[in-house]
Amino acid sequence: MNRDELRKAVLEELSDVAPDIDMATFDDRASLQDEYDLDSMDLLNLAAAVHKRLGVNIPDQDYARMRCVADLLDYLQERV
Amino acid sequence: MQASSVNLPDYEQFCASFSWAQAWRELAGMGDGRLNIAFEALDRHMGTEVAERTAIRFMPRDSQTPVDISYRALNERAARFANVLQDLGVRPGERVYGLSHRIPDLYAAVLGTLKHGCVFTPLFPAFGPEPIRQRVEIGEPAVLVTSERLYRKKVADWVADTPSIRHVLLIDQLDEAPPGTEDAASLMAAASDQYATRAMDPEDPALLHFTSGTTGKPKGALHVHEAVVNHHMTGRYVLDMHPGDIYWCTADPGWVTGTSYGIIAPLTNGVTMVVDEAEFDAERWYRIIQDQKVAVWYTAPTAIRMLIKLGPELPRAHDLSSLRFMASVGEPLNPEAVIWGRKVLGKPFHDNWWQTETGGIMISNYASMEVRPGSMGKPIPGVEAALARKTETGIELITEPDETGELVLKKGWPSMFRGYLHQKEKYRNSFVGDWYLTGDLARRDADGYYWFVGRDDDVIKSSGHLIGPFEVESVLLEHPAVAEAGVIGVPDEIAGETVKAFVALKPGYQADERLRKELMGLARKRLGPAVAPRQIDFREELPRTRSGKIMRRLLRARELGLPEGDTSTLESGGAQ
Repeated sequence: MNRDELRKAVLEELSDVAPDIDMATFDDRASLQDEYDLDSMDLLNLAAAVHKRLGVNIPDQDYARMRCVADLLDYLQERV
Repeated sequence: MQASSVNLPDYEQFCASFSWAQAWRELAGMGDGRLNIAFEALDRHMGTEVAERTAIRFMPRDSQTPVDISYRALNERAARFANVLQDLGVRPGERVYGLSHRIPDLYAAVLGTLKHGCVFTPLFPAFGPEPIRQRVEIGEPAVLVTSERLYRKKVADWVADTPSIRHVLLIDQLDEAPPGTEDAASLMAAASDQYATRAMDPEDPALLHFTSGTTGKPKGALHVHEAVVNHHMTGRYVLDMHPGDIYWCTADPGWVTGTSYGIIAPLTNGVTMVVDEAEFDAERWYRIIQDQKVAVWYTAPTAIRMLIKLGPELPRAHDLSSLRFMASVGEPLNPEAVIWGRKVLGKPFHDNWWQTETGGIMISNYASMEVRPGSMGKPIPGVEAALARKTETGIELITEPDETGELVLKKGWPSMFRGYLHQKEKYRNSFVGDWYLTGDLARRDADGYYWFVGRDDDVIKSSGHLIGPFEVESVLLEHPAVAEAGVIGVPDEIAGETVKAFVALKPGYQADERLRKELMGLARKRLGPAVAPRQIDFREELPRTRSGKIMRRLLRARELGLPEGDTSTLESGGAQ
């Protein structure tokens, strides 16, 4: 899976967790918490959804490191 | 710590000799029976050794290097803010709202507001625009203190329609203030760092905290300057703060806990308070406790359950031996969490109970007393608690042990709310005779420990925050497809409860995934993630009473497979 495919999958899952985000103008480097208002429960749900979809388990202590989608993609690319 | 150095070594004995007059004498006061919360928090320490002590140890989100702010520096910063209010023509008694992430100038703004005799209202920064706007419309603040980002995202669109707001002050670093706002840092830099804190009547309003009820809009619970008597006393005797302790209250100052115990009580007690800019991050939290040598830690069940979920390896990899006293509030702490604390952290969590209306801790477990896991503990000295059942003419108190009743408190403690803003009748209805009705159901065992049983209304408690179902339903009903909406709390392993909505659609609309996401998106955009539903289910119709009210209790019973109870008022059409 290349990065574009990975990004598409992650954004689909993100849009399920937070349907208020406008994906047309999504900025991969913007903070999920500050810019897109995700709270810690949203991040947990996103990690669970990503695990289900891509089979990559994100250990709990890494949740907080997911500042932005670009970070998440970096993390996933090494593991998918 | 030896029992002899605990501030409250013997609960029974202390209660027997305690009086609020004695607690008053532990404050400095301003003469003639007058006082000011900010004076007790800051001014009283000037000219003592506390002045040079660190008041705020700020942990910036992106740095591991803390920034220390002394009591003197915080006092001067707060004085500058008070002068800014004065220079802007803001009058004592007017309201100042704060909507900000945890940065030091938020604390200066709260204390400067109080110095100037204005009333401060904290707002939770994770709220969406709708809860913020509602609270602004009810409380009509003269000033809103916020950050550029929160202003742009949550306020700018509607602030022009709220004529009460004369000034929007932005407290973060700015290149240029957007139109309609002012850069607080520049104004503060130009203002004097000296301000004669106003001597207030004990009954003068100081804080307005919003809370949610079952119906209608949020309620603004009004607290007075005298509340500081309770804040100081409970900080000392319940949370066992000793001067110079490193203390960490993880609650956001956008809520009552983060104000009473995240600003006021620690400062009146001369401790150093950790302020962490970041959101929950288990490893970071353990590192802060270890590196900063936190002695007293006041946190919440949701956070504790997250820590438990992450396992014992992380805490065992850190030296947490500085912890002397750990407390929890927000919702009942499950017994396993108390036991986990003891086993993994070496200390039990001390659960306590209070609510926005009580202004401070009312029932607690104490350092010197056996902790009963799952119990909220015993009433604080000076507070008389009881359990009551409603009768046709009022209430009767329950004297026998292990009976469930509504938790009631005898009025008269200093931090008791003095009114719901613009809702006199609602305030009156909160009391029967001398007793304040808390709306919480509890039981008391034969030894006098109280145990939480549940709410006697439909209010949802998620991550320790009260959510009014009506607020959520109102937003869902704004969608053109929605005919009816009913919102309940469903149990959640981490958050205690999460918000779930049931929606019936108007004819011609299709209940599908696209619409579900649209409704979730609408709710999140308007309410913010802390309040919006996490789940939405479609129903043909919702159970209603004959008078047309959605029966949330029945929705909940059906969802959770509980007995349906009395359904005699159910309208026949909504039976299933």
